[in-house]
Amino acid sequence: MNNRETFRARTGPAFRRTVGLFRTVLPMLAGILLLIGLLHQFLSDSYPKWFSGNYLLDPLIGAVAGSVSFGIPITSYVAGGELLQAGVSLLAVTAFVMAWTTVGLVMIPIEASELGLRFTVIRNLVNFVFSLLVAIATVLTLGFLP
Amino acid sequence: MTARRHRSSGKIGGRVKFLLFVLGLYGVTALFDPALAMAALGYFAVMLVKVVPVLALVFVVLLLTNIFLNPEKIRRHLGRESGLKGWLYAVAAGLFISGPPYLLFPMLGELKRHGARNGLLAAILYNRNVKIHFLPAIVYYFGLRYTVVLSFYIILFSLINGKLVELLVGDDSRPA
Repeated sequence: MNNRETFRARTGPAFRRTVGLFRTVLPMLAGILLLIGLLHQFLSDSYPKWFSGNYLLDPLIGAVAGSVSFGIPITSYVAGGELLQAGVSLLAVTAFVMAWTTVGLVMIPIEASELGLRFTVIRNLVNFVFSLLVAIATVLTLGFLP
Repeated sequence: MTARRHRSSGKIGGRVKFLLFVLGLYGVTALFDPALAMAALGYFAVMLVKVVPVLALVFVVLLLTNIFLNPEKIRRHLGRESGLKGWLYAVAAGLFISGPPYLLFPMLGELKRHGARNGLLAAILYNRNVKIHFLPAIVYYFGLRYTVVLSFYIILFSLINGKLVELLVGDDSRPA
């Protein structure tokens, strides 16, 4: 009985808090989705053109391309697989795949509004550097494996 | 207090300004290339249809979080005193939580307001890269060896990432 009363007492304020959160998030969410819709028209199907064939420069290009891209991780694997087939190095493709989901330039407004601007900027900068480090570590390790 | 309330009601919030800015971009695009603006709107509509059911689920999760998870519990599992267990929870949450980041951020923001550590939130976000249900796809495109090695480094670097972010941002975890 006590538990039921506690649950009822908590539900009202929790519902109002959640509705309030949604009211603040929805305009930002609509803005992000609209922005993704617009950027998608410029970015889709153009990735292979971005790479230069330079083994040292391409990982950096991959990380930048991944940073401005968006979508669920599986989309980055499909795009990465196509880049590999187009002759882009594994190092560059791995940096691209890593930056795709860990760095989100398009998402910065919504991330900053929820988690703070300082957290967002530092996290994205650290993740950009880490996308290169993880790519290097992965490719080096694969090179050592039999 | 009254002045603050008056100021907040009279001004347009940053989030609405951002929405207006993006709508402005659409307006400019439509002036130069109406077909492209329409295609972008079509893509937006497709995403919106996909997002609405997930949004309903997010609402339920947030509501349950607000009912059952009080700041005390969050602090114990993801807060300052969570210790090694907190990092394990962060890795597991990152691996299993699914969904686009624009829906994940409000949930993580709510955890932060309840007292979760910055480092653990960063680790959760970093581990989004390894998704159990996406593993067959990455194996298909890159091979099993690559998948195992990359997944190992993502989990390892997520911990370093969390520590580094916390070092640079600071640990401001506190109850709401």
